[in-house]
Amino acid sequence: MIRIENLSKQYGATTVVDAVSMEVERNTITVIVGTSGSGKSTLLRMINRLVEPSSGRVLIDGKDTRSEPAHLLRRRIGYAIQGHGLFPHRTVAQNIATVPHLLGWSELRIGARVAELLRAFQLDPAEYAGKYPHQLSGGQQQRVGVARALAAEPSVLLMDEPFGALDPIIRSKAQDDLLDIQRRFGTTIVLVTHDIDEAFRLGQRVAVMSQGRVLQYDRPAALLTRPADSLVARMTGLADRALRLLSLTTAGQIATPGSAGGPTIAASASLRDALSEILWHGAESAQVVDERGAPRGSLTVAAILAHGRPE
Amino acid sequence: MPRAATLLRVAALGLLAAFLLRPQAFAALFAPLTQYGAPPIYDQGNLLTLTLAHLATVCAAAVASTIVAVGLGILVTRQSGAEFLPLSRALVNIGQTFPPVAVLAVAVPLVGFGVKPTLIALFAYGLLPIFENTIAGLQGCTSELLEAASGMGMSARQRLLEVELPMAMPLILEGVRLSLVISVGTATIGSTVAARGLGEVIIAGLLSSNTAFILQGGLVTGLMAVLLYDAMGLVERRVCRAAHVA
Ligand SMILES: Nc1ncnc2c1ncn2[C@@H]1O[C@H](COP(=O)(O)OP(=O)(O)O)[C@@H](O)[C@H]1O
Ligand SMILES: [Mg+2]
Repeated sequence: MIRIENLSKQYGATTVVDAVSMEVERNTITVIVGTSGSGKSTLLRMINRLVEPSSGRVLIDGKDTRSEPAHLLRRRIGYAIQGHGLFPHRTVAQNIATVPHLLGWSELRIGARVAELLRAFQLDPAEYAGKYPHQLSGGQQQRVGVARALAAEPSVLLMDEPFGALDPIIRSKAQDDLLDIQRRFGTTIVLVTHDIDEAFRLGQRVAVMSQGRVLQYDRPAALLTRPADSLVARMTGLADRALRLLSLTTAGQIATPGSAGGPTIAASASLRDALSEILWHGAESAQVVDERGAPRGSLTVAAILAHGRPE
Repeated sequence: MPRAATLLRVAALGLLAAFLLRPQAFAALFAPLTQYGAPPIYDQGNLLTLTLAHLATVCAAAVASTIVAVGLGILVTRQSGAEFLPLSRALVNIGQTFPPVAVLAVAVPLVGFGVKPTLIALFAYGLLPIFENTIAGLQGCTSELLEAASGMGMSARQRLLEVELPMAMPLILEGVRLSLVISVGTATIGSTVAARGLGEVIIAGLLSSNTAFILQGGLVTGLMAVLLYDAMGLVERRVCRAAHVA
């Protein structure tokens, strides 16, 4: 668990981060979202002390981050940035091995970990371990960047606009992969983005930032149904908030037993996608199936719409 | 193309070796350049020994220039050393603009005749290209890369040794290469202050109006410069390939 207490950063007379307090739960993805220049990166970088706070403190698992030298702290915290920052003079395997090397792991353990991570990110070790970053596609570079950040099994992973340089399709895939990876390794992730869609898609909890302050820190649904102020409401999208709300629930979550006709929909699909599919087929309901194709019940338009408004 | 280059390289090296080991075999070639039965091949010393002495002086000076210039380049690209950049740059520039002959004139009264004043002159003359290339190479490391290195927990020293220097290496080597080549030619003036080297051959030629000697001194120096330039190019390419940069 990460506990941020009254954290501020001033550069000269300007306050870039203004008395932020928040708690990040273990084993979750927390997203910090806000416009460019709102202080997101600065806040994130104060967690691993790439930026030293002007005041306030950060506790990780109850321990003040200032209780050890900054570079040792950072070896325990994964860090992935936009444009990946891979070392061009090192192979994929060497890049991933960076932190384990700094920590003095044995070559045997490092090799096993590198192979495990490459496989987890769908990169065949035999093919990719010896390649150099410039030999990879943008999406592959980004995956190696995240693999490198996870190499030393950090309990906390900080990500600053990690998918910012990817085109939409690869980006969407990368977001899915991150959700998988988070579940698989149980890492506590704090991710910064300016993209509200990304925030809603990834974040179990989302902090909305503006001008150095956290305006609201809440579950995505709560940001939509109970925005703290008009700015949060505007930033989370007034016009399509009902549809956003639908995208937070999956078909599997509200499917009811029995069959009702209409198109077939995966249990993992969001209600937004389910509604779109039903409309497309001119139907009133849909069949829900799990990944193996086994029936999970059905879903009506009325049931979907009921989830598109505040309680 | 690479085959032609290799062929040329081997030919140049072979020619130089042949001339240094069996200079008399080339006597007929140089005879037309002499008058009144003067010797067509330099006979006041062993050409091979002189060439090796020349090379040793140049290399010693280059090693010293490299250590100092790279060290300075690292210092002034650190946050704590940034304020020394203008001063260092000025000093290094003076080293380059002050004519080596003048350096010799100043150095001889201080350290005496021989190889020492020559080393000082070559050292000062060779700093600039290495210094500037070191700075350019180190500054070429993007802030994104440095942030990634710090973010993963590298100390300032590890960042320098494992990221910045390897990335800057091709440019640094390019600077050393330039410095070396300039030095090979410049080192001939060392003979005016009694340093052993190929300058002796040229000076002997000038004193006895023997064009053959002058040409021999010049040709050996030139071939050596070309071969050194080429060899450094090979080293550079190998390092670049190993480092996968540039
Ligand atoms: N080292 C610095 N010195 C001065 N101002 C800075 C520095 N770093 C960031 N800032 C300023 O702080 C503000 C917030 O920056 P940042 O945290 O990077 O915002 P975000 O990541 O939300 O775009 C910006 O206005 C930026 O110009
Ligand atoms: Mg930012």
